[in-house]
Amino acid sequence: MRVVVGQGSCGIAAGAGKVYNALASLRANPSDFSLETTGCIGMCFLEPIVDLYEGEDLKARLVHVAEGDAEKIVNAVLQNNLDELKPMMISDDDASFLSQQTRIALRNCGIIDPTDINSYKAKDGYMALEKVLKTMTPEEVIEEIKVSGLAGRGGAGFPTWFKWNAARGSEGDEKYLICNADEGDPGAFMDRAVIESDPHNLIEGMLIAAYAIGASEAIVYVRAEYPLAIIRLENAIAQAKAEGIIGDDIMGSGFSCKFRYMAGAGAFVCGEETALIESLEGKRGMPRLKPPFPAAAGYKMKPSNINNVETFANVAWIINNGGEAFAAMGTEGSKGTKVFALTGKVKRGGLVEIPMGATLRHVIFDIGGGIREDKKIKAVQMGGPSGGCIPERLLDTVIDYKALSATGAIMGSGGMVVMDESTCMVGMAKFFLDFTSKESCGKCVHCRIGTRRMLEILTRIVEGNGKDGDIELLEELCNAIKDGALCGLGQTAPNPVLTTIRYFRDEYEAHINDKKCPAGECMDLLHYRIDPEKCKGCTMCARNCPVKAISGETKKPHVIDESKCIKCGHCMTLCKFDAISVE
Amino acid sequence: MCDCKDEKGKALDAVLDEYGRDAGSLIGILQKTQDIYGYLPSDVIYYVAAQTGTTPAKVMGVATFYTQFRLEPVGKYLIMLCKGTACHVNGSDRIEAAITNELGIQNGETTKDGLFTLKNVACLGCCSLSPVMMINEETFGSLTPDKAVEILNEFKKRKEEIA
Repeated sequence: MRVVVGQGSCGIAAGAGKVYNALASLRANPSDFSLETTGCIGMCFLEPIVDLYEGEDLKARLVHVAEGDAEKIVNAVLQNNLDELKPMMISDDDASFLSQQTRIALRNCGIIDPTDINSYKAKDGYMALEKVLKTMTPEEVIEEIKVSGLAGRGGAGFPTWFKWNAARGSEGDEKYLICNADEGDPGAFMDRAVIESDPHNLIEGMLIAAYAIGASEAIVYVRAEYPLAIIRLENAIAQAKAEGIIGDDIMGSGFSCKFRYMAGAGAFVCGEETALIESLEGKRGMPRLKPPFPAAAGYKMKPSNINNVETFANVAWIINNGGEAFAAMGTEGSKGTKVFALTGKVKRGGLVEIPMGATLRHVIFDIGGGIREDKKIKAVQMGGPSGGCIPERLLDTVIDYKALSATGAIMGSGGMVVMDESTCMVGMAKFFLDFTSKESCGKCVHCRIGTRRMLEILTRIVEGNGKDGDIELLEELCNAIKDGALCGLGQTAPNPVLTTIRYFRDEYEAHINDKKCPAGECMDLLHYRIDPEKCKGCTMCARNCPVKAISGETKKPHVIDESKCIKCGHCMTLCKFDAISVE
Repeated sequence: MCDCKDEKGKALDAVLDEYGRDAGSLIGILQKTQDIYGYLPSDVIYYVAAQTGTTPAKVMGVATFYTQFRLEPVGKYLIMLCKGTACHVNGSDRIEAAITNELGIQNGETTKDGLFTLKNVACLGCCSLSPVMMINEETFGSLTPDKAVEILNEFKKRKEEIA
């Protein structure tokens, strides 16, 4: 029997490392069972997960495994009596989270051992590279990608073949192939999962692209905030080098390509390709004026091509299965599958890979299981700080680059944050502007000053100091920044504000005109009160108030001093007589 | 200027050699420098500039552009509190209030005993476990204000055990 512990970052945060160690310490003899590591299967809501395999057959998937369960698992495995483990096994309902998906980019995630190249090879790993190097010309590779309809998965959705072709056609003795793994969109983590769980798939996709454009070096620019991804990538690069898959004369084909990674240092703007290039060169990550585009003059002013992790993760599959098989999935304008990071107030959060063309409702309700505590869904945020909030009434929108853009949001990198009635939409817009104004590199005026002014206006609205005309002023600023900003960060920064004004204007008006937050989230607009009729004077609230804002004599009604109250709500949860209310 | 002849200085020289004293590798050099010193002392910034053939202003420009670099020493335990979208929706503001209340420090500050530094960060990528914080290399998910305080107290105890 093979006992496989899911150890991606999420799993480890949930305690998978402790489970693995407990299992290891209970294994008297290595021949008792094989104890293995795998990456992230994407069912984060069930972590830690332990899979029991007989050969390649999954016999049982155990969920929410605790350190203390190890003994039970080991005994059941040794006695080959898995019925004992029934209470820990995944429910059919939860299993449907995975069974409703179609996995291409994530095909090996949570299945293979990411630390072992042979585990990847056993799943047809590096077959596509061999096929490309030995039987295809670079032009044929680009043609296959063109047939597949693969578009950039990082956000903009630009046709991948077109970028490759442009870089191929550029004159130059040295060319570079770069992977953008600076996954900065808050709420997106599919790229991290791919690197942590299937790093060789990324390497293979990049080498195929390097061959197609004629690059002599491939570089992964990976976020420093992903330490485990960096460790696994470093390990995978070393293994591939040792096997002659990276370096000179790869697989005896005559094609040579160096390969390395660089850890970013924390700057959202470096997800923009020219800023990323500046950062690779050791400078401040400030975007360049385009043209020239990177295909003509990128890293070290040499022709360069940059794609996102998820884009590369599809490449080997396309070569193995043919571009047409990929293009058979999806919609007219958006081919293949897309990975989404489903999070927020949804019951089942994790990674969802489905063919384009599915509706948002399908993802949130059928796969995600609906809203926590069966509350009402208000909106879904897509595309991070560059995207927007799509309201409940538009949930039948299909996943397609054009259809999503029409709502004012974007496909983006695939962050999908679900919000219920308790999330304030003005607060959401402020949250994103707080983010973009801090992350603005400062190079162009529209972005640097414009986002700051917008943040100031949003701040005064949520604090109850909004003025008549603020909504119109925000709209004016949005349009100016959209038109005037130099790079994608600035041009898309107004999207969260524009979409919330478009769909939730009433919430803005309630904050400005009535000084009320309909979602009950904006602290400055909340007022806690004690009902003197209901208060028994038990002193529970007064004793536990962290700022001593409540006073009163024993057995007499208490009062809250609003000037001291920090609106933490602690008193309300403590009151046994339901005497404290908030409005 | 730092003559960088002590233990740390020798380690720094090894890093500079590794990168061929190339200003094009400034970010990697500064990352490893920070690993050595725990932050980027200003005399070291001058030294790195001189050794890589660039100006202190350029090095300072890079050091202040990226959030990873620190110009001040940090506490023994660096709390990175995630302020990503999912964490925001699931109440990271309340976690921050609990931490600042418990430790008496604001974002970016260090406790007087040098034990904790609080730093708000953009997404840590553990969105399904939101709200999340990372203390040194350890990640803690599904936080509540009470749970966050409990975790801080455990770290305080760890310190006592070592002492």
